Amino acid sequence: MTATEEVPMGFGRMHRKEDARFLRGRGNYVDDVVLPGMLHGAVLRSPYAHAKILSVDTSAAEAHPKVRAVITGETLAGLDLAWMPTLSGDVQAVLATDKVRFQGQEVAFVVAEDRYSARDALELIDVEYEPLAPVVDARKALDAGAPVIRDDLEGRADNHIFDWETGDKARTDEVFANAEVVAVQDMLYPRVHPAPMETCGSVADMDPVTGKLTIWTTTQAPHAHRTVYALVAGLPEHKIRVISPDIGGGFGNKVGIYPGYVCSIVGSILTGKPVKWMEDRSENLMSTSFARDYHMHGEIASTKDGKILGVRVKVLADHGAFNGTAQPTKYPAGFFGVFTGSYDIEAAHAEVTGVYTNKAPGGVAYACSFRITEAVYLVERLVDVLAHDLGLDPAELRLRNLLRPEQFPYQSKTGWEYDSGDYPRALRLALDMVGYEKLREEQAKRREAGGEQLMGIGMAFFTEAVGAGPRKHMDILGLGMADGAELRVHPTGKAVLRLSVQSQGQGHETTFAQIVAEELGISPEDIDVVHGDTDQTPFGLGTYGSRSTPVSGAATAVVARKVRERAKIVAAAMLEVSADDLEWEKGRWFVKGDRAAGKSIQDIAMAAHSNLELPEGVEGHLDATCVYNPPNLTYPFGAYVCVVDVDAGTGQVKVRRFVAVDDCGVRINPMIVEGQVHGGLADGVGMALMQGMAFDEDGNHLGGSFMDYLLPTSMECPSWELGETVTPSPHHPIGAKGVGESATVGSPAAVVNAVLDALKPHGVRHADMPLTPAAVWCALQGRPIRTDLAIP
Amino acid sequence: MKVSIEVNGETVAEEVEDRTLLVHYLRENAGLTGTNIGCDTTSCGACTVLLDGESVKSCTVLAAQADGHRVTTVEGLAPGDGELHPVQRAFREQHGLQCGFCTPGMIMASVSLLAENPKPTREQVREGLEGNLCRCTGYHNIVNAVIEASGQEVDR
Repeated sequence: MTATEEVPMGFGRMHRKEDARFLRGRGNYVDDVVLPGMLHGAVLRSPYAHAKILSVDTSAAEAHPKVRAVITGETLAGLDLAWMPTLSGDVQAVLATDKVRFQGQEVAFVVAEDRYSARDALELIDVEYEPLAPVVDARKALDAGAPVIRDDLEGRADNHIFDWETGDKARTDEVFANAEVVAVQDMLYPRVHPAPMETCGSVADMDPVTGKLTIWTTTQAPHAHRTVYALVAGLPEHKIRVISPDIGGGFGNKVGIYPGYVCSIVGSILTGKPVKWMEDRSENLMSTSFARDYHMHGEIASTKDGKILGVRVKVLADHGAFNGTAQPTKYPAGFFGVFTGSYDIEAAHAEVTGVYTNKAPGGVAYACSFRITEAVYLVERLVDVLAHDLGLDPAELRLRNLLRPEQFPYQSKTGWEYDSGDYPRALRLALDMVGYEKLREEQAKRREAGGEQLMGIGMAFFTEAVGAGPRKHMDILGLGMADGAELRVHPTGKAVLRLSVQSQGQGHETTFAQIVAEELGISPEDIDVVHGDTDQTPFGLGTYGSRSTPVSGAATAVVARKVRERAKIVAAAMLEVSADDLEWEKGRWFVKGDRAAGKSIQDIAMAAHSNLELPEGVEGHLDATCVYNPPNLTYPFGAYVCVVDVDAGTGQVKVRRFVAVDDCGVRINPMIVEGQVHGGLADGVGMALMQGMAFDEDGNHLGGSFMDYLLPTSMECPSWELGETVTPSPHHPIGAKGVGESATVGSPAAVVNAVLDALKPHGVRHADMPLTPAAVWCALQGRPIRTDLAIP
Repeated sequence: MKVSIEVNGETVAEEVEDRTLLVHYLRENAGLTGTNIGCDTTSCGACTVLLDGESVKSCTVLAAQADGHRVTTVEGLAPGDGELHPVQRAFREQHGLQCGFCTPGMIMASVSLLAENPKPTREQVREGLEGNLCRCTGYHNIVNAVIEASGQEVDR
């Protein structure tokens, strides 16, 4: 289905406003930025996973005729910038001083007149290393005698980062002790990478006269970056302007601050010129935020007839060499606490232990909604393993245990209050759409007939938790997760909306205009949405965790309603009636009982700027601001069914069909929601079947380019089949929930469950992602695999 | 060396190093930043342009190799702010783009695909665009867009 040519006055299908420039090659991405005198930076990176730095000789590089500066850890140490704080309250080396802790780590930064010369000069830097034994296998990170990675931290004698738990341990242990059936499964959610098409980069311009730093950068959270730069570099915050222009995809990769950004700033300070830094793909994959890397020991308890009673889990979280994980301060394992999923259970408990290894930092990224990908994968695999053990159909098992609509708002056993949901309806719709019974019949026939072609049907039912979040509980580095919005209606009735969130392709310029249109009756074409420039927009925490619609979408509706109320006062003055006598219909206030006597929002806007006499205390003009502190998260949900064909001879998996039913409450622009879901489903196919970043015993990164880190192409993706139900969020001003990450969260388990369903007759109960042909073939041979290590 | 390339109908003649990649020439010498760089292994196709009408990944062509040849970039499809090319229009109509970063390369690859096969099946579109990665759309709407641009009914 396509959008209408007509622009809706509010919610509905509408072509995107941003497309006009992107289609013509007129977007403005960071690498498109060119400034007078601009220089180019490049990063020298560590070839070792773990090694002492004995010396760094930059003399030959400095002698290069086009090199303007060479920055080392020592240079930065002199500025007190060799280390920077991470979003997890740890520190990360900007440029290594003492030793390197992962392959690809930043060691030196060259500033030169052009990008080719900058790269040339990297080859001229001579670094002497003394290799150290690396920690590669997270499961051995806490062994006695394991090499200590973070000897920079005072008193640190091991690789332990944190222990965190949630749920009622005693009650859960009791439920498990008395349960008729307990299914246990270890599973790895392997290290993957969000790999946005555009890598990370920045152009830093420190004006030596005004003392103002302007930095164009690939950031999903421009305001948070500004504050962090102020705190780290000691620059006054009003002298820092962060501009996040068009961003070529983020997917969580562009939330944190990377050493390259800091180096471009220092490069600009040292040379007095703008400095551009743009990483290449291998740098992006090897050194910026990875995702997942959770080693999970899951247990699920039930009765013999399949009533699920409890879930218990222990997680070993590989965080790499620096704890740079992006999540609210009080949640070191993100929102993994929603691992009880969509089921009505008696007790649950989880323990998560984070460890350092000689790998790049990260963890929370790639549409994970703060670790909900891991939580959903765990519980949806466990339910399938339980179905396998009980000999029950996985759809039937889910239908018996899903939360019922009347249970909402539902208080989960780990303390989350799900806002709304009608789960059985969504699952039944998905099963109907795919023709579930017929497919099972086809599968039975195929199994009967035998042969190499195996058919599998898998499903996942997920509950997301997005829209972080209530500032009482949720902050990032002390910054509460409330977001601002400012709306100004010009005299002629056109409007500008300023937001703290930052689109990376999600269509905010279109959909946020639609929210205002819905509330005020001004055409979305007449509303400009401004974001990504900290000098022009209100403070807020940015776009990730599918939080834009829940938080800034709410702020937008609220600010538009404030404007509407002001318009009411102005209209009352214009019509010479009491404001209480006015009634609103989209686009105008009119006198109750006399529809003809009314004023349009455009008339009101002009009058608000005119010489019209307004009541005492009303300042005139038509604008408002709002900071929205959400009362709760939103909990979108979905039912996904995947059908695969597996060649038992080669291990090749072909996704035949994928049905996805999503419920994100009110849909502002269904066309855009569908596009978000399509993209996330492709992520699921990629993670389940192709993507993985393994390491060898020396800590060499084995997924460091698109030759090895495989992304799905048009050939691996089927034509997606989407369905929807609408269960509005009761606490959200327009009933809308986030949705951007739902498909990435929900789809991997559906694909994996489908592949393992195909392999079931061969006695395979579980195999870890990515289910590459080699991995599937090994599983069929009964061979164990460790997809995180090159040599298991 | 001095390289002279006809880019979107105008000749761009610039002194560049022999090793200069065509993509950098287009972005930095010709000032046409629509063509993007998404990888370093010729995998992603974000840099796809037409070289004498054939689609090529401009990160894997030297500017020197294009000397004396004709290059069309996305900016050349609808010059100025004029009417969109049918492929561009179909991408908008079918929501075949989100972040927009793969879009210029995807559109150029699609233009080339339709020149070779004016009425492709969905499967042929998928095969034809295999060299172009997209991280946002899951390809579905891109396939729809190419089908629409070919004048065929988009049935799903």
